[in-house]
Amino acid sequence: MTAAGATNDEITTLRRRAMAVLADSCLDDIAEHMSVLTVPPYQELRAPENGLVMVRGRIGGDGSPFNLGEATVTRAAVKLAGGEVGFAYVLGRDPHKAKLIAVCDAMIQSADCAHVLDAVVQPLERAMAARRQQQDAETAATRVNFFTLVRGEG
Amino acid sequence: MYVAVKGGERAIENAHRLLAHERRGDASVPELSLKQISEQLSLAVDRVMTEGSLYDRELAALAIKQARGDLIEAIFLARAFRATLPRFGTSEPVETGAMQVRRRISATFKDIPGGQILGPTFDYTHRLLDPSLAGTSAPEAPAAADSDAATDAAPMPRVTDILGHDGLIEPSPVADEGAPVGDLTREPLNFPADRDLRLQNLARGDEGFLLALGYSTQRGYGRTHPFVGEIRLGEVEVEFLAEEVGFAVPLGRITVTECQMVNQFKGSASEPPCFTRGYGLAFGQSERKSMSMALVDRALRAREFGDDVKAPAQDEEFVLSHSDNVQATGFVEHLKLPHYVDFQSELGLIRKLRREFAEAQGERDPQLQEAAE
Repeated sequence: MTAAGATNDEITTLRRRAMAVLADSCLDDIAEHMSVLTVPPYQELRAPENGLVMVRGRIGGDGSPFNLGEATVTRAAVKLAGGEVGFAYVLGRDPHKAKLIAVCDAMIQSADCAHVLDAVVQPLERAMAARRQQQDAETAATRVNFFTLVRGEG
Repeated sequence: MYVAVKGGERAIENAHRLLAHERRGDASVPELSLKQISEQLSLAVDRVMTEGSLYDRELAALAIKQARGDLIEAIFLARAFRATLPRFGTSEPVETGAMQVRRRISATFKDIPGGQILGPTFDYTHRLLDPSLAGTSAPEAPAAADSDAATDAAPMPRVTDILGHDGLIEPSPVADEGAPVGDLTREPLNFPADRDLRLQNLARGDEGFLLALGYSTQRGYGRTHPFVGEIRLGEVEVEFLAEEVGFAVPLGRITVTECQMVNQFKGSASEPPCFTRGYGLAFGQSERKSMSMALVDRALRAREFGDDVKAPAQDEEFVLSHSDNVQATGFVEHLKLPHYVDFQSELGLIRKLRREFAEAQGERDPQLQEAAE
């Protein structure tokens, strides 16, 4: 698949999917998977920068929003020679991770899309799914059934 | 009045050097790493993130280390750090219904869709000190359910949603999309405060203070007849609509604890009675905090339900003005800083009062006057 044949919505869906996977992965894993890619030259539009995002919840879980508290976030932006602009906004304060995410985001919008998906996004996505499945299995082992005991003679 | 004093630079510098030395403790004992704190004192980290109002495990661990384990000092450090960073904006509200759940219990229904999941909990432990932890420990690997049970896991609707289907519980308040959301880090708190601001205040409020207030409502000071409808712990995705990107960017996941408290009824001539609610939400695994928050949230809705505001937990100005432990510790602890000028004027005043007293006594009893002189 290349970005050329995809609609804007499809590209947005891909970019969001990649961002979610990369945000959930550690720097070393991202760097390792990216090492097989030929990263094209790019210009740094925004050097990695630390900041905050105010995290909101909803009253009652499903009502009006309220401000819960802030989280550290790092952002970065790069531009490829072809004009594709890649962004990163990711929890934490790791500038290298933000930079790599921005590069991946730019490449997903370029003719390198399929390479990034194959070499980086999909393997990291499988690893993420495995981690979550393991956690779900450990969680499910603590599922409990409470019985109500009837006191006295039935 | 507090007047700045000059001098003492050398002593202050030496005091800080001594503090750093004491913080390190016995140099023959290995130094704590931030990873050790964040992995092994994880609930302390969660508390510092929640009350420091800053989600960042590594920073919270650093604050705990720097504060020598004094969590209020660590919370202070986290708050001060957040003031140094620019704010990019506000997230989309997190969707706790879509949480990857690690614990989920209900005290109101034993058979809830999705089941009751104990997760990593102190509940049902015997609270006996475990000598085996005094050395190094190698706990067993967690049990894992077979993969079918895990993957077939039923969806987990919120218990309040289940009650909501039958209209047995009041719905959550829903404001218009785009309506402004109060932010007490930007605007000073005014009273009466809306529920969004109250919840923000409670979310960063001191756990001990809210625990005591919640407890006071149970003991009759503003009774609300609470039940834990549901507590859930797990990971939620945070999304941020970045203008230049053009869509909601997934930032990653954070751990939160949510408590839905179900409380006794309201109703009126025109509306049938239904349960009311209190809500708690906190960063990390912060169960006591989110439960206390939910109790106090409900108590603070007294005005809305036309209840008499008689108990401390119902008094929003009292609660919201005293919940913040950074403000509280600042004002209490500033008492130990030099107040020499203040105190000089107090001394002058009391000497004058005593002189007047002695003079007045002397008019009545000249002998005493002589004795005083």
